[in-house]
Amino acid sequence: MDKARFAIGAAGLTAALLATTAGAQAQTTLTIATVNNGDMVVMQKLSSAFEEQHPDIKLDWVVLEENVLRQRVTTDIATKGGQFDVMTIGTYETPIWAKQGWLVPFDNLPEGYAVDDILKPVREALTYEGKLYALPFYAESSMLFYRKDLFKEAGIEVPDQPKWDEVKGWADKLNKPGEEQYGICLRGKPGWGENMAFVTTLANTFGGRLFNEQWEPQLDSDAWKKAVTFYVDLLKEDGPPGASSNGFNENLALFSTGKCAMWVDATVAAGLLSNPANSQVADEVGFAKAPIASWPKGANWLWAWSLGVPATSDSVDAAKTFVEWATSKDYIKLVADKEGWVAAPPGTRESTYASQDYMKAAPFAEETLAAIQSADPVNTTEEPKPYSGVQYAGIPEFQGIGTMVGQMIAAALTGQMSVDQALQSAQSSTERTMRQAGYFDK
Amino acid sequence: MSTTASYTVPSEAPAKAAPPAKKAMHPATKSKIIMTVIGWTVSLLVFFPIFWMILTSFKTEVEAVQTPPSLFFHPTVENYAIVQERADYFRFAMNSVVVSLVSTIAALILAVPASYAMAFFPKPRTKDLMLWMLSTKMLPPVGVLVPMYLLWRDLNLLDTRTGLIIIYTLVNLPIVVWMLYTFFKEVPKDILEAGRMDGASPKQELWHLLMPLSLPGIASTALLAIILTWNEAFWSLNLATSQAAPLPTFIASFSSPEGLFWSKLSAASTMAVAPILIFGWMSQRQLVRGLTFGAVK
Amino acid sequence: MSATTNVVADPVASAHVGRKSRRSVNTFPLVAPSVIVLVLWMIVPLAMTLWFSFQRYNLIVPTIQGFAGWENYEYLVTDPALWTAMKNTLLLVGWVLALTVALGVLLAILLDQDFWGRGVARLFVIAPFFIMPTVSALIWKNLLMHPVNGLFAWITSSLGLGRIDWFASLPLTSIIMIVAWQWVPFATLILLTAIQSLDEEQKEAARMDGAGPLAMFWFIILPHLGRAISVVIMIETIFFLSIFAEILVTTAGGPGLASTNLAFLIYQRALLEFDVGSASAGGVIAIILANIVAIFLVRSVARNLDA
Repeated sequence: MDKARFAIGAAGLTAALLATTAGAQAQTTLTIATVNNGDMVVMQKLSSAFEEQHPDIKLDWVVLEENVLRQRVTTDIATKGGQFDVMTIGTYETPIWAKQGWLVPFDNLPEGYAVDDILKPVREALTYEGKLYALPFYAESSMLFYRKDLFKEAGIEVPDQPKWDEVKGWADKLNKPGEEQYGICLRGKPGWGENMAFVTTLANTFGGRLFNEQWEPQLDSDAWKKAVTFYVDLLKEDGPPGASSNGFNENLALFSTGKCAMWVDATVAAGLLSNPANSQVADEVGFAKAPIASWPKGANWLWAWSLGVPATSDSVDAAKTFVEWATSKDYIKLVADKEGWVAAPPGTRESTYASQDYMKAAPFAEETLAAIQSADPVNTTEEPKPYSGVQYAGIPEFQGIGTMVGQMIAAALTGQMSVDQALQSAQSSTERTMRQAGYFDK
Repeated sequence: MSTTASYTVPSEAPAKAAPPAKKAMHPATKSKIIMTVIGWTVSLLVFFPIFWMILTSFKTEVEAVQTPPSLFFHPTVENYAIVQERADYFRFAMNSVVVSLVSTIAALILAVPASYAMAFFPKPRTKDLMLWMLSTKMLPPVGVLVPMYLLWRDLNLLDTRTGLIIIYTLVNLPIVVWMLYTFFKEVPKDILEAGRMDGASPKQELWHLLMPLSLPGIASTALLAIILTWNEAFWSLNLATSQAAPLPTFIASFSSPEGLFWSKLSAASTMAVAPILIFGWMSQRQLVRGLTFGAVK
Repeated sequence: MSATTNVVADPVASAHVGRKSRRSVNTFPLVAPSVIVLVLWMIVPLAMTLWFSFQRYNLIVPTIQGFAGWENYEYLVTDPALWTAMKNTLLLVGWVLALTVALGVLLAILLDQDFWGRGVARLFVIAPFFIMPTVSALIWKNLLMHPVNGLFAWITSSLGLGRIDWFASLPLTSIIMIVAWQWVPFATLILLTAIQSLDEEQKEAARMDGAGPLAMFWFIILPHLGRAISVVIMIETIFFLSIFAEILVTTAGGPGLASTNLAFLIYQRALLEFDVGSASAGGVIAIILANIVAIFLVRSVARNLDA
């Protein structure tokens, strides 16, 4: 009897605690999954303006680190879990998911949204069979950042279009490890969106491609060997210690504390580096096009963090309303008013670059625009390729492949493997994956 | 039947009082000084990473990455304000509290009868059953994530506290059963025999005799289960989205944002571990007292 | 009194009580709830995992479906990554066990000594056990082991030893260090409890016989700790076989495969490639490995526990 009483008591307590989870909901609640990048944090902060305009919509934010976010939203959308109403995705996911019918298309956008104002390469990257499946929040290409003060001191002039062998020379000259000043910082952290984004653009400009037209991986080709050898040597000689665990954020921290003379990475870093609140070198940052080697194209990537609405959402209309608000001209103006023009989400709209205020506040704006407009996901490589994408291949298998190849390149960078060995095992592993996925016969 | 007379906490419990008086005062004091220095040096070394995290959480971002590292600076609570502004700490913390408490209670309710039966009425296969239960814990959870996600979706348990409570009850059950088993086995048999002479049923035996006797053991099992649940990150990150998300999700949004983030990360981390650390410290005596009885003795 | 018992939950047990002797009490109703729940917990996902391991099932390519036969296993077993991951899993478990037990014994003896402020010092030593694995990995990675701004880098470079790039040059060692730091307190706590239960008289007697501190340790304390060490090894093995968060946060399994263990390999298949079939096959292999370990290690430890 006592046991029963105990059990009842415990069950009662359990029930009482559980009851707190169930609450009646009068208004529509949108669950928004987003990445913890600076621009998204600003969006979260400013979103109360949206809630004021739409009192019937409540926003619930799930802000996660990039890798965790990607794994969460992919699991959810692929299993039709229906946990999210708005997902932050990139140019890689959008067409692949659209093809599966997982995303709601943004057709009949309102007149005021001015869809043609969105930069063409970005718009095309988010389009599948003539329809937009996600709207861009901010877009980026890649470029070279350098320290104007150090370059001036060393008497180096940066030309309009730098070459990689020039960059190597400058890095050698400016690398002073004793003073914690490193010649060049580059991504080394393994991941398809981390080191592979950079290394693939490097391979592109050295004349390489990820796959040939028969979908055979080309990672053991001469172009890849040359590119990866160059990358490994450059970072070993002139890079910071721990380069193999540096991704975008780590390099941003290094450059903004004055420890890198050069850095090739996402154009979105320009705004962050120019902001004195975050950067100790805000006045000394120079901008140039991403360096090239033997082939002039494919050296700068294209990416857009975008907002999409999964088909499993139970409030599609409200979700679309929010996405349209967050990617509108008005939102960009709102950011400019509240945070200053330099913090406006870059790379999405022509009207941003037509604004005198923005061009004045953002010394990097012209370079960013040029980089995005010159990025071409279709005609990228020296030899023809069957996939779309500059720094990735737009096939579902690429996430896995890119991560694995990225690991091998990181192993080459730390000296655990030679470049040849690393590329050899990357090649055979990629072949296995592609064969398993049925791209060519066994 | 008398309920209070015959059983008191066995005296072999941590009755260790002050060590026996040393003979000569002088060398004893000297060795005590040496031990104090060694003891404190080692303890502070072990604790150092946590101390450093707390210290960093009061620095500005620029101070946090400075070399040489600064020990003296103007402390700021700005990081805590930023973290709280971006994510409502109390919602996450509340979820953590509810989920770890309820799942621990549930695991105890399931485990107490089972461990009792295994300890006092062992069958030939009891040992194997116990080992099998324990081996279920060795399976990496990621291997069953997709099946579980599908199941939880169909049961409408995604992003609910109930869903997490069920998972954690199951995850902790083997350890809880095993620990309780070891505690129960240490209870002197003759006390139970005496109870039986008085005609107590197994349930009364369990409830009136065994439970009070092994309360310290049950308490330390519960403490361990609460700590393990609080710190578990995989299931909570994957099965809870926002409404039911506990503290590991809170951390996941600060783990590597753009720009300098060390002091914000430290502040978020300090907030996430502070409740369990304080709880652990306060219940430390209880934990040790329980352990003295069972598994370890 | 037993006649009035009217608990509905288990009429079988109460019916039996009166008649049967204690030894043959029907324990089924008592054990059943947790066993049934555990069986469900074990069988349902296991059955699903087994099922999926023979399926072609990739979350992001839903068009490819159907029975795969042994294909998933074939691809996995012929993948050199699997064997590296197995080796790393065992290295990780073995080293962390060795470190936590050895350091745990030393710390337990130290904290058993009489010194000023011992109570507070103990609190400091057990603190790491309460810290979330994710948090401790983040703190070690960023604040301590970072090769440029980390504290260790500053210490070693001030001593003229240069900077160690921990996660690049010593990936597995670094992870072993972090995990050991988290679990040493657990070992210390258990072992300290065991030492304290050692008879003062026994120690005194040994001292009278002229045993030095080393002899005391070797012949009195260590044998007494056998059971406690078994407990530590058993519980820790259970957790170490599926170490995951520390790897994800610090090295992501790299560089190359240098710090990929089985749990992380399955994670890569399941949540980076979204290949449920292959991940499930990996899960089945992990279960087999866990059972082998259970048979060899846990059984020998369990025998010790009985003695």
